Amino acid sequence: MKRFSVPALLLILAAGTVLAARFDLLDQYVQTIIMFIGINIILAASLNIINGYMGEFACGHAAFMAVGAYVSSVLNLVLFTNSPPLAGPFLPEALALFLFPVTLIAGGVVAALAGLMVAVPSFKTRDDYLAIITLAANFIVCNIFINLESLGGARGLMGMKKIVFFMSDAVDLPWMLIWVLIFTVLTVFIIRRFVTSTYGKGIIAICQDEVAAEIMSVNTDRMKVAAFMLSAFLAGIAGGLYAHILGYINPNSFGIMKSTECLVMVYLGGMASLSGSVLAAILFTLLIEGLRFVIPVLDSAIHLIPLVPDTYQLSQVVKWIIIPLLLVLLMQFRPEGIMGNRELADFLPRLRKYYKFK
Amino acid sequence: MKKKLRILAGTLVILLAASVCFAKTIKIGFNISLTGDIPKVGEESKFAGEMMKNEINANGGLEVGGEKYLLEFIYEDNESKAESAVMVALKLIEKDQVLAIVGPNSSKQAIPAGQVCDDNRTPMISPWSTNPDTTRNRPWVFRAAFLDPFQGPIAADFAADQFQAKTAAVLYALSNDYSKGLAEIFRDYFEKKQGQGSVKAFESYGDKDQDFSAQLTKIIAAKPDFIFLPDNYNEVALIVKQAHDLGWKGPFMGSDAWGNSELMKLCGDDCVGQYFSTHYAAAGATGATREFIDKYEKLYGYQPADVAALTWDALQVVLTGIQNAGKLTGNIEKDRKNVRDGIAAIKEVKGITGNMRFDEQGDPIKCAVVVRINEKGEFVFTKSVCP
Amino acid sequence: MTENLIQNIFNALQWGSFYSLIALGYTLVYGVLRLINFAHGDIFMVGAYIAFFISAFLFKGGEGLSGGATLALTIPLTMILTSACGVTLERIAYRPLRRKGVNRLYVVITALMCGLILEYGNLAFLGASRKSFPELMDKVVYQVGPVSMTNLKIIVILTAVAVFLLLNAFVHRTKIGMAMRAVSYDRFAIPLMGISLDAIIVVTFTLGSSLAGLAGILYALSYPVLDPFMGAMLGWKAFIAAVVGGIGDIRGAFVGGFLLGFIEILVVAAFPSTFRDLIAFSILMTLLVIRPTGLFGLAQSTKI
Repeated sequence: MKRFSVPALLLILAAGTVLAARFDLLDQYVQTIIMFIGINIILAASLNIINGYMGEFACGHAAFMAVGAYVSSVLNLVLFTNSPPLAGPFLPEALALFLFPVTLIAGGVVAALAGLMVAVPSFKTRDDYLAIITLAANFIVCNIFINLESLGGARGLMGMKKIVFFMSDAVDLPWMLIWVLIFTVLTVFIIRRFVTSTYGKGIIAICQDEVAAEIMSVNTDRMKVAAFMLSAFLAGIAGGLYAHILGYINPNSFGIMKSTECLVMVYLGGMASLSGSVLAAILFTLLIEGLRFVIPVLDSAIHLIPLVPDTYQLSQVVKWIIIPLLLVLLMQFRPEGIMGNRELADFLPRLRKYYKFK
Repeated sequence: MKKKLRILAGTLVILLAASVCFAKTIKIGFNISLTGDIPKVGEESKFAGEMMKNEINANGGLEVGGEKYLLEFIYEDNESKAESAVMVALKLIEKDQVLAIVGPNSSKQAIPAGQVCDDNRTPMISPWSTNPDTTRNRPWVFRAAFLDPFQGPIAADFAADQFQAKTAAVLYALSNDYSKGLAEIFRDYFEKKQGQGSVKAFESYGDKDQDFSAQLTKIIAAKPDFIFLPDNYNEVALIVKQAHDLGWKGPFMGSDAWGNSELMKLCGDDCVGQYFSTHYAAAGATGATREFIDKYEKLYGYQPADVAALTWDALQVVLTGIQNAGKLTGNIEKDRKNVRDGIAAIKEVKGITGNMRFDEQGDPIKCAVVVRINEKGEFVFTKSVCP
Repeated sequence: MTENLIQNIFNALQWGSFYSLIALGYTLVYGVLRLINFAHGDIFMVGAYIAFFISAFLFKGGEGLSGGATLALTIPLTMILTSACGVTLERIAYRPLRRKGVNRLYVVITALMCGLILEYGNLAFLGASRKSFPELMDKVVYQVGPVSMTNLKIIVILTAVAVFLLLNAFVHRTKIGMAMRAVSYDRFAIPLMGISLDAIIVVTFTLGSSLAGLAGILYALSYPVLDPFMGAMLGWKAFIAAVVGGIGDIRGAFVGGFLLGFIEILVVAAFPSTFRDLIAFSILMTLLVIRPTGLFGLAQSTKI
């Protein structure tokens, strides 16, 4: 029975969250934080496939997020509403609930195809040259979406909130929360199965020594394609969820800054550590939101020091000094991130009794 | 250390107790960008808010239904990011229980935040957003600025009269929806007016670009009568200088994003004699507008830009709405509804950027002015255009 | 069309000069340490701001020293202070990590974070107002037929070329340069030869950061609007230029910078400008697919 304790625990937690949200015990703000934590977990874990397990330096993750966000949004808008680019609706509104995961996965698939754009050059290029290709891909994708007038261009695309309302009209539940929870758990599950499988270990082999892996009958090219496509696919799913939570997307939201955030989470958690990515995503999201409450307190605290002039205010600007500073300090004391190549079970061996981590 | 903490805790408790005992407060949230692409815009909004708060609280507070309420403003940073703007809106609504929200300023954040405020039935007013989508079909969302479709034709008409222009060229920021939208509206209107192909060059530049020589070379080679620049003031300063370096001698025409005291600091003599359309003329302003400008300059050391004036007006709209609500019941949802109805019922607010009333979409009906930059670097009134 | 082409070639030469100067700094550090110093774009920003404060203090809006004298003092001071900033970063953030021998990607991410700290620190302490760089040079516009040039543009282009030639001579003709090349060749053998590794690395950072400072001054003179985020995008793009040239190779950085400048300007000249990024980066990607190690980069042979 002990084998099922972790899935059971997850299920209880998720169901509890959903019920609490349904009966307004959790307000919208907390719900949205939970959703963004989920999205960030998907982003960090999926980027960790490339940057952690494969040991490359990809810095254009937001590009795939953008593809997923746009594709799933456009599909939903065309199918269920009369928004541009095509005059619909083609399907009854009640179906939105059942087709939402389908459109989300479709977005992921298109994002995975976009991942090929990076995967194919990666056969020959390595390290920093590959970093450039991912960066260029990020610029290119943003530029394409800005130029697509039919999808709003720089004005962005809106109307995805309607889909969310259709879902809650059909069955009155906080659907976006449910989908985020489902896909987050699914992502972690898929990645864990993938990197611990015999097939997926090829990626770790590439990280250790590509030539040796090739000799030992790992088809490195195929492995790279698989890794990049899986990573892009999951990022696309995260993008689709993001689009429907906000109800509005804009090409500028998926620029270098977003990619940098993904990078920060991966290295904060530690390369090649799935539980590290999950922890880092939770920590990072809570930091961003939590500092909103902490900074005013800090501000009153420094004014107790007589040297500080009354006119000087510690505003929210320092948030983005504190976050990088924390990360830099962490690197000085724990240079391998929070977990660094290890999983929870390596720290707390007793957990193994309850669950097979490897 | 412990002692300090005790003192801190003590003061906090006293402050809380004081605020509860002595006066009732009205909370208003600010959803502004203090970091990210446009920190200056957020800063000016914040300063304008501080000014109004201190003024009203110094007089004992805002009078609503015979009672005085102190104002409390909560400034939150949305980092110029769409998702962050949504989080801020939710935090203000759910955690701080604000009565109304001012901001976000840029349309990129105002559109999603407007959706959140509309869903959660909280009145919101964006001082600066000019994109029609911000308020469209959203009864809870208002704005204080006029819209792009109104401003574009003004520039085209004015240029045609003033420069006898038959042809034009446009240089706009591709990733900035304000700039792009205005450029397209201008182009369509100008071509309708002057015939197909009268906009000889329609060029764009990317995010954070500082070198515009290639686009300007193209534009100057097309020999237009004037160049329309619907861009932010910091880019305008560079564009105008570089155009002069490349041998351009003709006039420029600008939009309201020019209206910043920093424009002349950055641009110097190159911008003298150019025209742009904006919300109000700072030079030669009289009455309340003059007062506002002088006070702001004394407090913060520079002339307020249009966004500060618009924030001030947006706040006036909110406070008038609160007063129109008649009384505050203490039930936040009811109060928000009353405030929203109060704002919609406004007959006319005498703002410092002109008088405004609202149409059914929550957009103000107000006049625009065209100003000329004189030798002293002041923005002098030239013409007023009313809808 | 031809006069436009000549004009655009000049435009591209100026724009490419800045990419080159910044890319040279990237490449110097990379060649010695195999570290992408992502804070480099922000060190360039710091250089521009230092130049602004020094020149504003000396020039006093025309009341103080003359423009030429101000410039003569600003250039060396800025280069010294900027290199101090770069070396400080290396000492407090990168060196401890290097000593611990962590995966180099952690050092890269630390550099990225240091860049963010510099940007937002500037925003927090100097406020959101943009700074206007004083006009230290009387601008002269030369009109040759339809082509116009300014004296500043010519100075920028000549400086970039001169810096490259000097740097090349330094790396290939001096003992320190030889030591730098040796470090990039084999980091473990160098201490055995009695050369201090740390000293060489400090020299490298000093050189790279002072170049960023010089680029900052020239940039502020050409585009006199300073804001805290001016270095971010430029840094990313200069990094791309350095890699396309072949990272770790000085010629590569120089050529790569000009190549990126030419691609960006000529794409705008030839195509609709809205597609600039799309076309420019597609060209670069194609280049990298054809030459996976950049224009001048050596193919890395792996021992089996």
